[in-house]
Amino acid sequence: MLALIPLLPFAGFLVNATLGRRLPKSVSGGLASLVMLASFAISVMSVLQVAGRPVEDRAIQESLYTWIASGDLKIDVTFRVDTLSAVMILVITGIGSLIHIYSTAYMHDESDSEFARYFSYLNLFAAFMLVLVLGANFPLMFVGWEGVGLCSYLLIGFWFKKKSANDAGKKAFVVNRIGDYAFILGMLALFAKFGTLDFQEIASAVATLPAEMTFGVLSITTLLLFIGATGKSAQIPLYTWLPDAMEGPTPVSALIHAATMVTAGVYMIGRNAVLFEHAPQTMMIVAVIGALTALMAGTIGLVQNDIKRVLAYSTVSQLGYMFLAMGVGAFGAGIFHLYTHAFFKALLFLGSGAVIHALHGEQDIRNMGGLKKELPITFWTFVIGAVAIAGIPPLAGFFSKDEILFETFVEGHQILWVVGALTALLTATYMFRLVFLTFWGERRHDAPAAHDPHGHASDDSHGHAPASSHGHGSGSHLHDAPPAMALALIVLAIGSVAAGWIGIPGNNVLADWLHPAFEAPRAAAAVAGKPAAAAEPAAAEGEAAAESHETLEFALMGVSTAIAVAGIWFAWMVWVKRRSIAENAAREFGWLHRLLLNKYYVDEIYDATIVQPIRLASQEGLWRGFDVKVIDGAVNGAAAIVNTSATVMRRLQTGSVKTYAGSVFVGVVAILAYYLWL
Amino acid sequence: MIPLSHYLILSATLFAIGAAGVFLRKNLITILLSVEIMLNAVNLTFVAFGRYAGDLDGQIITFFVMTVAAAEAAVGLALVIALFRHRESLNPDAFTSLKW
Repeated sequence: MLALIPLLPFAGFLVNATLGRRLPKSVSGGLASLVMLASFAISVMSVLQVAGRPVEDRAIQESLYTWIASGDLKIDVTFRVDTLSAVMILVITGIGSLIHIYSTAYMHDESDSEFARYFSYLNLFAAFMLVLVLGANFPLMFVGWEGVGLCSYLLIGFWFKKKSANDAGKKAFVVNRIGDYAFILGMLALFAKFGTLDFQEIASAVATLPAEMTFGVLSITTLLLFIGATGKSAQIPLYTWLPDAMEGPTPVSALIHAATMVTAGVYMIGRNAVLFEHAPQTMMIVAVIGALTALMAGTIGLVQNDIKRVLAYSTVSQLGYMFLAMGVGAFGAGIFHLYTHAFFKALLFLGSGAVIHALHGEQDIRNMGGLKKELPITFWTFVIGAVAIAGIPPLAGFFSKDEILFETFVEGHQILWVVGALTALLTATYMFRLVFLTFWGERRHDAPAAHDPHGHASDDSHGHAPASSHGHGSGSHLHDAPPAMALALIVLAIGSVAAGWIGIPGNNVLADWLHPAFEAPRAAAAVAGKPAAAAEPAAAEGEAAAESHETLEFALMGVSTAIAVAGIWFAWMVWVKRRSIAENAAREFGWLHRLLLNKYYVDEIYDATIVQPIRLASQEGLWRGFDVKVIDGAVNGAAAIVNTSATVMRRLQTGSVKTYAGSVFVGVVAILAYYLWL
Repeated sequence: MIPLSHYLILSATLFAIGAAGVFLRKNLITILLSVEIMLNAVNLTFVAFGRYAGDLDGQIITFFVMTVAAAEAAVGLALVIALFRHRESLNPDAFTSLKW
């Protein structure tokens, strides 16, 4: 039955990909949403089945067939639901269903065939993402890993007639390939070291080894896997594709580039928690990269003007948080944040989609404002999402983010904690800058950037060609989210409020639930010579420490709440009370503003240091050098040699019979002489 | 009895004379005649060898050669006439257009 979870969306993909063109929108969109809901239902049943099992054995597994069997290598197509993948499949199918439903309204302006194409891609994505999280070994995970990359490419470039969308799709694909290359190397290294690619077997094998204090095989292997994760999950240095990926339709950004696919790297580390724990060097790198990414993306998000780009940088920043958690060993906290983030970031993206939809393609927040009254559902849900991400209790983001910060602090990474806290401040500030600029104040039709009265008409950044007859003249009535979109927004808003309640400190249901997934299988732990008794005193010790931890945790909670409130207050002061502050600051610190607006010029630096040299080497070296000179040269050279030698040789054909007769005579004499005297 | 070497030396001399004629003369008919001399030089060796071996093979082959030579002379002379009609010349150096 587990196989049905990814197979149902796959069936939806097949139907929409083959027959979709002939189906009306209600059928193709309805079918796509229905298979997702069915998949969600099966997921829920499977998870309940897992939950019904005893704590030490919470996993169900289903082997379909042997995929590869060659010598020592045996790879089965095995789906496995344990406590970690249970969380993932619920997030993917649950939020995925909502986003499918939302999309039926959002994409309604597309033609029937485009509409079906969109849903076929979306279903295919869901299928691959589910394979990724259900796969019980690395190669199966990699199938999903590559598949979601493909779907991401297809959906970013969904409006393929637009050059920027195509470029963004290619960029995402190429940048991901770099990470995937490292990921494959990591897999090969694991196979070379352990002779297996099954997650469970690797965990058992690693558990018998001591943690690697020096930079050795395990560190290199985990580092390679982490590089793969930086590609997929948009971390330094491979994060640059994610903001550009916003060229795709907004629900896609919500599903793929916020809630699910980009968290694959976090999931992968969680899945191999035992392995990573044995490589503390890599863990440190993961934590530092995560913290740096969180901070850097947060600062960029502070000045961006495109509503979706702000959210994209926010996603990068929150992913940084998750990696920070993974890096300090707080796997549960990282997955917790992944789970709450999926709710509120999907909500924020869908909310921004509703705003864009209402404004017929306008994405520049400088041209928004005053939408509070006109789009009440969007406004309220968006605010809930913003409060949740900012970290105000008791909303979802507060608990997960706080747990990460707390664990970071407890694990003794005070500097990383400061970076994380600073990022929390930035998060609250840029999110509420977005909220205030979009929903507060007056409608700004004429931003300094765009003098066109219609704003969007000159702005081709949005491809879905809104019906221009609709054009939003000043004062025209705006439509709030249609029912399908409103439903998704409201459900996600409820989730953003309540999702965190399963991880309340002191009664952390989620952490207890996830705990077994991050440990080596029990049998292996026993083999490793770690008797269960050894764990007991540690647990007792832990209880004693828990007392002091609790006070610390509440203190830190207070700090992070204060930080969030400060960030919101700051945003209120700057972008609502005195707009002049923002403008003055931008003018005063022009260089800083330009630096942030241009994203630290990272794209330009990559272009100058990597893209252009490769282009140049390809063009001058490989094309004009090797291909033209060596390969074409060899072909032309062969012809030229034949030609030259023929020019010489043809002189022998004189046409004079006597010469020929003479040659024959000389030849006969020579042959005779050879046989007679030599 | 005349030793075999005498026949062979005569035959070789005739063959050399014929070959020299083929290479040195400038008239196609003379060249044909020289070819006949070379053929007959060969015939002579066959007959001589046959006589010394004490069988008739050499003489039989000679008859074949003479038959072929007659046919060859007929075709060759016909070609020479055709060539002459074409070029008004019997000099082989006039017929060198079959080249690069």
